[in-house]
Amino acid sequence: MAERCAVIGVGQTKHAAKREDVSFAGLVREAASRALEDAGMDWGDIDAVVIGKAPDMFEGVMMPELYLAPALGAVGKPMLRVHTAGSVGGSTAIVAAHLVASGRHERVLTVAFEKQSDSDAMWALSVPQPFSAPLLAGAGGFFAPIIRAYMRRSGAPDHIGILVAVKDRLQALKNPYAHLHIEDISFDMVKNSIMLWDPVRYLETCPSSDGAAAMVLASERVAESSGSSRPPAWIHGMAMRSEPTMFAGRDQVNPQAGMDCAEDVYRQAGITEPRRQIDVAEVYVPFSWFEPMWLENLGFAEQGDGWKLTDEGATALDGGDIPWNCSGGVLSSNPIGASGMLRFLEVAMQVRGQAGEHQVENVRTALGHAYGGGSQFFAMWVLGTDKP
Amino acid sequence: MSAAAARAAVRPIAVVSVAQSKSVRREDHRNEVEILMPVVTEVFANIGVTKRDMGFVCSGSTDYLVGAPFSFVMALDAVGVWPPMRESHVEMDGAWALYEAWTLLQEGEIDTALVYSFGRSSPAQLDRILALQLDPYYLAPMWPDPVALAALQAQGLIDTGKASEKDFAAIAARSRRDALGNPNAQVAKDQSADDLLRDDYVVAPLRRHTLPPITDAVAAVVIAAGDRARDLCEHPAWITGIDHRIETHALGARDLTVSPSTHAAAHGAGVFDAATGPTDTVEVDVAELHAPFASQEPILREALRLSDSVAVNPSGGALAANALMVAGLLRIGEAASRIMDGSAQSAIAHATSGPCLQQNLVCALSAEPGGPAGRGA
Repeated sequence: MAERCAVIGVGQTKHAAKREDVSFAGLVREAASRALEDAGMDWGDIDAVVIGKAPDMFEGVMMPELYLAPALGAVGKPMLRVHTAGSVGGSTAIVAAHLVASGRHERVLTVAFEKQSDSDAMWALSVPQPFSAPLLAGAGGFFAPIIRAYMRRSGAPDHIGILVAVKDRLQALKNPYAHLHIEDISFDMVKNSIMLWDPVRYLETCPSSDGAAAMVLASERVAESSGSSRPPAWIHGMAMRSEPTMFAGRDQVNPQAGMDCAEDVYRQAGITEPRRQIDVAEVYVPFSWFEPMWLENLGFAEQGDGWKLTDEGATALDGGDIPWNCSGGVLSSNPIGASGMLRFLEVAMQVRGQAGEHQVENVRTALGHAYGGGSQFFAMWVLGTDKP
Repeated sequence: MSAAAARAAVRPIAVVSVAQSKSVRREDHRNEVEILMPVVTEVFANIGVTKRDMGFVCSGSTDYLVGAPFSFVMALDAVGVWPPMRESHVEMDGAWALYEAWTLLQEGEIDTALVYSFGRSSPAQLDRILALQLDPYYLAPMWPDPVALAALQAQGLIDTGKASEKDFAAIAARSRRDALGNPNAQVAKDQSADDLLRDDYVVAPLRRHTLPPITDAVAAVVIAAGDRARDLCEHPAWITGIDHRIETHALGARDLTVSPSTHAAAHGAGVFDAATGPTDTVEVDVAELHAPFASQEPILREALRLSDSVAVNPSGGALAANALMVAGLLRIGEAASRIMDGSAQSAIAHATSGPCLQQNLVCALSAEPGGPAGRGA
């Protein structure tokens, strides 16, 4: 019964530590205007708006979509606000896509953003709660022990995280929208950067960014008559899964929800061998070590072998057989609420052949991935050049 | 209003179970998970299912009430999503979570969803946090509180002759009296409008009784599609239409005495399908309207073109209990309950969000999946 749905327009801001040249409204409008232009549409063509962002405390505005409605052309239309932790950018795109897949709407604008410079996300994340384990100064403190557990379990050598950090920053140099452009990035520069949360060094960590991402999602009928100069990126599968933050015996290194989510999205897209069938992937890697961890969780490698793919360069845009995060990934741009949507959007760009210098050749199938919370919320989609 | 044309939905989906906590001024001894757990248990027990039977879980809440980021994450422990489940969350009233779930069920892959929301207002300073909901550059720095903004709206009604302070008092008196029949209500009293008019002003022209109470509460609803709904519930409350719209945030650009977004949402929800002329009124047995301020009820009645004979807020409405993020979902729950218990054949439920009714959702419910019999007069 579900209707076909495709991405027919994408837009993102130039991501930066501080976008002091724009308001919240200006930031989201920059991305949304570009998405509409790419789709060959105007504000009036849109049926509904779905917006997502991470916790409101990151900017200090409660439910900012109320204020942003006119800036996004949503006045008189349905507007939804999604919040599913770090995975929210991906979840938001999926909620928007379901408005099309359900037959409810034909043209949906979806937007995600974060303007971190207006607040301090690290400390907003660390509000002490009665009877709850403290987050210990931001997400890095939470994830470092999980990374250490992965290293022990897999026997991965210490340098793997550094390789990921260098690779993603080199790839970011090919993406004009990326926040970090470290021209002289090198193995030694990462290795010698300060240790923040052992084993995570400063340069193995995502930045804090201001930025926004937007996409226009369309029904089959609209996609095939779209004014865009680019072909549609068809949704072949989309899925979300959640599991609790903590319980005895939970595997936080290789979460079941991530495996279940991948299995669901692969089933929908007819993927049985991810490494062979997926041409390019944008995967949520906020700390370098999450690349090998997610390589295993997403079935690109056997358990314990993910780091070997990273080590042999399989995930590099330059010469790898499964390039991951050609845009530079979360390690190079991290407007938290938008980071997941940027993964979803970047694979749409790859499928539509509009990724410029970081374009992978002959992309037919691509995976976008986002996760959030304590590695417990997952959102994924598979896009393809062919109509499913 | 732009033509945000919603295409016709085809799959019949119904509310099959409703549960709620008591609405109280202050829940001192239980956190969000502890308040939610018995309610989630009850919403399943009502129809003999477990979380395993749910195809989807969707919730609505806001971090600003809890004063912590990711507050919905811990609340999810009330469900215990293990093995992993398909789950999502809106930073909105639970009514919009129900909309998201209803949309997903339209696709036909899954047949059931749990929707819940939680709102514990007592630890928060509502006048301060709701000011943070406003334009951060031009409005929030002046800290206008929600009562002051609602007073502007109420004064507009008085100035245009659309309603009087006595009308507001009569609405409050009726709501509180009706709440005597609702065991979960927070404010339930038998007082005359004349008595209430002796209250002092909080912000003129609003008096204490025109304001909603500050409430802690949670609510949960299960929706199901087609035959699954019939299997689970003897009298499912069929959702014959549901839609929502937002208006501009700029209060100065709106006529606060009307609600075009409610009207457009009602149109999208098929409320006016049986009303053939522009002056036709809408006849339903029950309307549960989320009007936190008594002064907002006349605006919603007009937007929905409700006939005078419609029983509005027999539960007592938001004047009897107004847990933020919950009160909208509860309107759907209360309206659906009237159909499920056989006391109503048709109903309209409404939810609102933002200052002065900025965003509105309308849900039409019927005892028949085919839709409204006898609506429109």
